[in-house]
Amino acid sequence: MDYEVFRQFADSWGLAYLTAVFVIVVLFVFRPGSKKTYDELSKIPLKDDEHVK
Amino acid sequence: MSIYSIIFLVLITMCGLVGAAFAVDSVFAFHSWLTVAVSLAFLFWGIRNYTTEPADQSRYMDGVVRWGIIATIFWGIVGFLVGIVIATELAFPEVNLFKEMNFGRLRPLHTSAVIFAFCGNALIASSFYVVQRTTSARLALGNLAWFVFWGYQFFIVLAATSYVLGSTQAKEYAEPEWYIDIWLTIVWVAYLIVFMGTLFKRKEPHIFVANWFYLAFIVTVAMLHVVNNLAVPVSFFGVKSYSLFSGVQDALTQWWYGHNAVGFFLTAGFLGIMYYFVPKRANRPIYSYRLSIVHFWSLIFLYIWAGPHHLHYTALPDWAQTLGMVFSIMLWMPSWGGMINGLMTLQGAWDKIRTDPIIKMFVLSLAFYGMGTFEGPLMAIKEVNSLSHYTDWTIGHVHSAALGWNGMVTFAMIYYLVPKLWGKKEIYSLKWVNVHFWLATVGIVFYISAMWVSGIMQGVMWKTYNAAGFLEYSFAETVAAMFPYYVIRTTGGILFLLGALVMAYNVYRTITMTKEEEANIQTVPETQAAA
Repeated sequence: MDYEVFRQFADSWGLAYLTAVFVIVVLFVFRPGSKKTYDELSKIPLKDDEHVK
Repeated sequence: MSIYSIIFLVLITMCGLVGAAFAVDSVFAFHSWLTVAVSLAFLFWGIRNYTTEPADQSRYMDGVVRWGIIATIFWGIVGFLVGIVIATELAFPEVNLFKEMNFGRLRPLHTSAVIFAFCGNALIASSFYVVQRTTSARLALGNLAWFVFWGYQFFIVLAATSYVLGSTQAKEYAEPEWYIDIWLTIVWVAYLIVFMGTLFKRKEPHIFVANWFYLAFIVTVAMLHVVNNLAVPVSFFGVKSYSLFSGVQDALTQWWYGHNAVGFFLTAGFLGIMYYFVPKRANRPIYSYRLSIVHFWSLIFLYIWAGPHHLHYTALPDWAQTLGMVFSIMLWMPSWGGMINGLMTLQGAWDKIRTDPIIKMFVLSLAFYGMGTFEGPLMAIKEVNSLSHYTDWTIGHVHSAALGWNGMVTFAMIYYLVPKLWGKKEIYSLKWVNVHFWLATVGIVFYISAMWVSGIMQGVMWKTYNAAGFLEYSFAETVAAMFPYYVIRTTGGILFLLGALVMAYNVYRTITMTKEEEANIQTVPETQAAA
């Protein structure tokens, strides 16, 4: 892969890929009905830290 | 110690003996003998403590975390002390007394001691603690975690002695030669296996976000370390090697490595610390778990591209420089998102900033994280960089982030963790935590304000032309002008070290605290939860 090909790949498909990942992540975390799940997950550090389950 | 550990140590001893027999230079011979001595010592200990009894799976493996915390404090003090020595050498060159304590040899000793020894031990110890608590599972694979701990300490000793003895491959933050790199790779793969193994046997269905950050740190550092250190040794029995890359490719690989050492060692790993210990100490849930997920993915996808901003106005192609700059600026968003998430976790417990000096330290560390990640992108802009690059401004920036963010968050974590690990109700003296807080804060302010003034002055002096079109100042004149700032910087460093010594004493008193002492220590008043 020569330099020009590499550069063109980076500023087209590379850019599209990173943007798509970002959009998918945002859509995923705001999916309907997820609020309850995330409220539970945010409490994980506060659980019992003395005993193995 | 199991039979596998004993076989492994015998093999290492034999490697050391072969190395010592055929060594072509004195540093390699010294390291070979050191390997023999250390592995024989462990072998002797291991045979005396030989056991086939499996570990009790119903308890967390905390011994290795305790040792990790002590190693963190020890290497922190060493690293800060060497920092003061080299700061003094810059102000007073006569202090470069003999070649082993020359600035050129001690500078990598300082950077490696604070980044890899102090921060590295804090990350390994805290990740072992957090992954067990958030998965409800004991560390996987028995004593492999102990190999990670001791193997990593041995890497630090090899690296540190090689710098002092004058051996380096001359890559910033990647100075150790090829055989030390191979050893670190072995230790790091073991670390990854222990961490992944623990995640695999988790009893909590969800993998908590702190573990994602730790895992990104472990995997990315492995990749960066292996690629940047690809080299061909001149002899298998000597220290010298040549990098596989040359010219601008070498420079880009080096700064791809160098900046992601900042991004994944000093940021992603430490965000793992933040996402567990801030909620824990404040006794509040994470402000927004959604934000933490967006924070994670955007941070790791952006950071990896920011390296070229170290190579503005060089032979690196223009588009690559611009790419590095743009990605650095985009990093503002995830960095501040993460900082806000950490700070807002105190929602409903804001009074703890006043009543709990440990929370106060966490808050200061997050403030410095926000400041450092604001200043960094600013300096990555080409026009700003044309003033700031190669000046003390860079040093000021690095230290505001490293002392303020990494240092403070580590100290706060240690104060929280030591009583937990040694079964005490609280640290011996919260008053002394407060003293440490102020010593360190004032030290950092001395340090960074001196370096900002010195750096901008230096950059402006370099750029000043006289009426005839010649440079106004010679290089030596800029060095002379920086003298007062170098003295102020050294003073700041001394205050920061004093704070760390106060912490070491406080930790020592906590570990050795008697029941009567424990009954009388001060604790933080309970917050009246505002729901």
